[in-house]
Amino acid sequence: MPIQYAGIVSEHEAVRKSVGVFDISHMGEFEVRGSAAEEWLNGLLTNDVSVLDDGQGQYTLLLNEKGGVIDDLILYRIDAERYFLVVNASRIEADFFWMSRRLPACGVELTDRSIEFGAVAVQGPRSLDLWCDMAPGITLPERNGIAVYEAGGELILCRTGYTGEDGFELFAAADQIGHWFDQLIASGAVPCGLGARDTLRLEKGFPLNGSDLDENRTPLEAGLGFFVKLDKPGGFIGREALAAQREGGLPGILVAIRLSEKAPPLRHGYTVLAADGQTFLGELTSGSLSPGLGLGIGMAYLPPAQAAIGTDVFVVIREKLYPGKIVKKPFV
Amino acid sequence: MNAPDHLHFSESHEWVDATAPGAAAVGISDHAQEELTDVVYLELPAVGRVLAKGEPFAVIESVKAANDIYAPVSGVVVEVNSALAESPEAINEDPYGAGWIVKITLSDPAELDALMTGQAYREHLS
Repeated sequence: MPIQYAGIVSEHEAVRKSVGVFDISHMGEFEVRGSAAEEWLNGLLTNDVSVLDDGQGQYTLLLNEKGGVIDDLILYRIDAERYFLVVNASRIEADFFWMSRRLPACGVELTDRSIEFGAVAVQGPRSLDLWCDMAPGITLPERNGIAVYEAGGELILCRTGYTGEDGFELFAAADQIGHWFDQLIASGAVPCGLGARDTLRLEKGFPLNGSDLDENRTPLEAGLGFFVKLDKPGGFIGREALAAQREGGLPGILVAIRLSEKAPPLRHGYTVLAADGQTFLGELTSGSLSPGLGLGIGMAYLPPAQAAIGTDVFVVIREKLYPGKIVKKPFV
Repeated sequence: MNAPDHLHFSESHEWVDATAPGAAAVGISDHAQEELTDVVYLELPAVGRVLAKGEPFAVIESVKAANDIYAPVSGVVVEVNSALAESPEAINEDPYGAGWIVKITLSDPAELDALMTGQAYREHLS
């Protein structure tokens, strides 16, 4: 995926107001099959796999023993003995290595199908209309759901995305995906690049793996406690570390910071200071200019005592201090 | 890619218009604005600042990244395009016109000879 086609801002606006399409073929796809699939996945992932019915999906996290995030991913249940996992491109090998080492002797089969699949994400309020006009016979699944079709090969549709807008992700054989991409554009979707993908997700406060999440940060620190079911039967890898954090307190909390006035865009690595203009609080893990707000936005891990919504902070840009505030996610 | 023949271009993609009345106008090339993507913020130098050739004198920011702008020639800043504070997109829309960044009086006009003509710049990029 290129950084941009026509321009980050126009692509961003197309997704917010109409419909855009992203080539996300870099994403990884795993399949898990077998009679023990549910139980095995539930012991590896933070969310509760057992609540899923056929055709449903959930955001979830794969943790190490310290509770650190190996990856954040979406798990879909196709049926009781077949699950589809969409994982981050940069984590395909780490995830597969971690998971395959923990396979039971029988009852579960794990396959990395990343090379077989290409994928596109169609996002924006017009996504469904566009799809209905383009492929009237192929019904999209419900929100967060998955539907599997045969359409000149395997076609998997997932009603998920990374922009905060309605839309879906389409997985098909790698040699078919270019055809789908072209057809979606011919039907009115605006081609969008990595730049808009980043501003769209950041405006919604969605974390980016490798920037906002890594193996030294837990989902509780990242504000993803909703996707962590500490009390599910059987537990999961990393559970004890998270339970201890919940008892003893968090070392940092990922907060959303919005600048208060027109200023340069925020960037990864910029320093965040307390309202006294001197006390170091943390560094931005993500940053940009919100096309929707026209203001700099970013996220940073701050000490919990200084992480309350409404707290005044400064962000340092080229040795100048710019005032901002900790705000509620999403930004937009 | 547009690079008018009457301008001089630097390797770091700035242009100088020495034919402009009064002081020479300086901006960034059409190619540079395309690479930067949507310009959203500019930090301009103070009027009166003395620039040495090659010195960074402004910062241009797109959603994608922050970049320095380098003085293509030596001189003194006599005017800055303050309209860019409100409409930085002029750099994308009209890089050789409304998107000019500063005007400088050249301290050594012979430095222009070391820059590329429009044609040489187009060849440099191809």
